[in-house]
Amino acid sequence: MSEIVLEKRLKFTGISKFRELGLLVFIILLSVLVQLRNPNFLTLENINDMIKNTAILSILTVGMMLVIVTRGIDLSIGSTLALSGMVSALTVSANTNLHPLLAILLGTLIGTVCGCILGFLISKAGILPIIATLGMMNVYRGLTFMISGGKWVSAHQMPGSFKAIATNSILGINVLIFIAILIYIIFYYFINHTRTGRQIYAVGSNPEAAKVSGINTVKVLWMVYTIMGALAGLAGVLWVSKFASAQGDTAMGYEMDVIAACVLGGVNIAGGSGKISGIILGSLLLGILNNALPLINVSPFWQEAIQGVIILVAVIVNALVKRNVDRKNLMRRKI
Amino acid sequence: MEKRIIAAQKEFKLKNFFFQWEWMLVLILIIINIINASLSPYYLNLKSLIDATMTFLDKAFIVLPMAFVIILGDIDISVASTVALSSVVMAVSYNNLGLPMELAMIICLAVGTICGLINGLLITKFKELSAVIVTLSTMIIYRGIAYIILEDQASGKFPQWFSFLGWGYVGGIPFILIVFVVFAVIFGILLHKTTFGRRVYAMGNNITASRFSGVQVDKIKTVIFTLTGFMSGVTALFLTSRMGSTRPNVATGYELDVIAMVVLGGVSTAGGKGRIIGTILSIFVIGLLRYGLGLKNVPAQVLLIIIGLLLVFAVMISNIKINTGKAHKLHKTKA
Repeated sequence: MSEIVLEKRLKFTGISKFRELGLLVFIILLSVLVQLRNPNFLTLENINDMIKNTAILSILTVGMMLVIVTRGIDLSIGSTLALSGMVSALTVSANTNLHPLLAILLGTLIGTVCGCILGFLISKAGILPIIATLGMMNVYRGLTFMISGGKWVSAHQMPGSFKAIATNSILGINVLIFIAILIYIIFYYFINHTRTGRQIYAVGSNPEAAKVSGINTVKVLWMVYTIMGALAGLAGVLWVSKFASAQGDTAMGYEMDVIAACVLGGVNIAGGSGKISGIILGSLLLGILNNALPLINVSPFWQEAIQGVIILVAVIVNALVKRNVDRKNLMRRKI
Repeated sequence: MEKRIIAAQKEFKLKNFFFQWEWMLVLILIIINIINASLSPYYLNLKSLIDATMTFLDKAFIVLPMAFVIILGDIDISVASTVALSSVVMAVSYNNLGLPMELAMIICLAVGTICGLINGLLITKFKELSAVIVTLSTMIIYRGIAYIILEDQASGKFPQWFSFLGWGYVGGIPFILIVFVVFAVIFGILLHKTTFGRRVYAMGNNITASRFSGVQVDKIKTVIFTLTGFMSGVTALFLTSRMGSTRPNVATGYELDVIAMVVLGGVSTAGGKGRIIGTILSIFVIGLLRYGLGLKNVPAQVLLIIIGLLLVFAVMISNIKINTGKAHKLHKTKA
C-alpha cells in the first residue's frame, strides 16, 4: 500500500517537474532562436531592460495566482493599477517633496481598498468573480479618468525622486527587480509554510470540504482579492515611476498578460494548484515574448493574436497533461 | 443542496405574479423616463423615444443568446471581439476583395457563426476549461485577427442602401426595431415554448442530471455558443451600417453592456433561472439610461461607472433574494 502511494507521488512530481523543465527548455530555445535573428537580444542592456519590464508583470502574477488558485479570476487589476498609479502621480506632482516611499505606500493603500471592495463583493455578497471584476474594472477605470480629468500626468510634472524609484538600485539590483524578488520570497514562505497560505489551496481544491473542516472560506477569499488589489496598487506606482507618465488608459488590457503568465506557468484555471517556481518561468516567458517579437520584426498588430493563441494553447496543454495524469491514476487503481 | 422543481406548467398566483423581478424593471424604467424627461425637455416625445431605441438596439441582438448562455451557468466574453472581427472581414471583403455587398453581409454572419462555433467546440471538447478562460483567450485572438487584417486603418465606403439597416424606417418604425422584435419573439419562443428551452433550464440547474436523463448537453451547449456568435454577426451588420465604417477596435466594452443587460434582466449567474421578457426590459432600462444621460452630456467615463455599479448591484440584489428565500424555506421546515 505504502509503495503504491509513494510511486504515485513520484509520478506526480515527475510530471510537474517535467512541465517546468519543459518550460525552461522552451525559454532557452526561444532565446537562442531570437538571438540568431537579432544579435541585440542577448546584450546585457536588453536583458536588464527585459527583466525590469518583467518585474511589474511578475509582481501582479503572484496575486493573480492566488486568485486563480481559489477558482476565481480578476479582470480589474489593469484598472486598479491605473487608478493607484494616477492618484500617486497626482499626489507627488502636487507635493513635490513627498518621500517616494510614502508614494508607494499611498498607491498600495489605494489598491488594497480596491481589492477589499472586490473581496467583499465576491466573498460576502456571493457575486461570481468574473461578473464582479468585470463591473468594478469599469468603475475603477472610470474613476481614473474622472480624477485626472482626462489629462496625462507627464514626466516633467513628477519630481525626480519619484521617477528615481524605477532607476535607483538597492545592493546593486534595480529597485523594481529588488521589490519583485522580495515579494516572491515573502509569498513563497506565505503560501508554502503558513497556515493561512495552505488554506488558500484548500479552498481552491475543494471549497465544500474546506468549509466543513473549519476553514473560514469567506475570510480566505476576501484576503486573496485584497492581496491582489494591494499588489496591483504597488505595481501601479512602480509602473508610473518607470514610464514617467500616468494616463487614463494606463495598463488597459494588462490583466490578460498577467493571466497568460499564470496559465503558462502551470496554474490550473480550475483552481487548487499553482507554484511560485512555475509563475516565475511563466512571467519570464511572457516577458521574453513581449520583448523579442518587436526585435525580430513581428508587426505590432500580430502581437495580440499571438498572445491569445499562446494562452489558448497553454490552457489546452495543461488540460491534456491533467487528463493524462488522471487516466494513469485510474489505470493504476484498477490493477 | 437546494431542491428545485422544474414544473411543466407553473400554477398561477396573483401574489407571485406581482412580486416578480420584471415589475421591478418596469418600475425602474418608469423612474428613468421621469428623470430623463425632467432633465431634458426634448426627451419625452414618441418620435424621439423611438429614435432613441436605434442608438442602443445594435448590441441588444447579442443579449438574447447571451441570456441562454448565462442560464446555462456559462459566460461568453468574446462577443465584442466577434463583432469586431465579423465587421472587419465584411468591410475588407467588400472594399478590398471586390465582392458584392450581399455576399459580404453573408460572410459577416458566417464569420460570427464560426467564431461562436469555435468557442462552443473548445468548451465542450475540453471540459476541464471553463467558458471564462476559453472565451477570454478567443476574445484576444478574434480582436487580434481583426487588427492583423485592418491594422490601424478604418474601412468604409459601403453602398448607399447599406445604411438603411441602421438608419432606415419601415412605416415610421425603425427597421432595426422591427428586426429586433422578430428575433426577440423567436428567442422567446425557443426558450419558453420548446423542449430545447426546457433542456437549457434543466442543464442550468444540474448539468450532470441532465446528461444522465438523456439530454445531449454538448450539442445544446455548442448550438447556444454558435447562436451567440451568429447574433454577434447580426450586431456587426447593424453597427457597421450605423457607423458607416469600421475599425478593429469597434464595439470595445460591448461584453460589459450585454452581460449587464442580461443580469439586470433577472437571469441568475448561477444558472437555471431567467426569462427573455426580463432581459428585453433591461435592454431598454440600460439603453434609455445611457441615452438620457447622453442628452445631458454626462461624460462616457461616468456612464462606465454607472453601468459597472448597476451590474454589480443587480447581481447582489438577486443573490440576496435567493439567500433570503432559502432562509425562509429553512425556517419553515424547522417550524
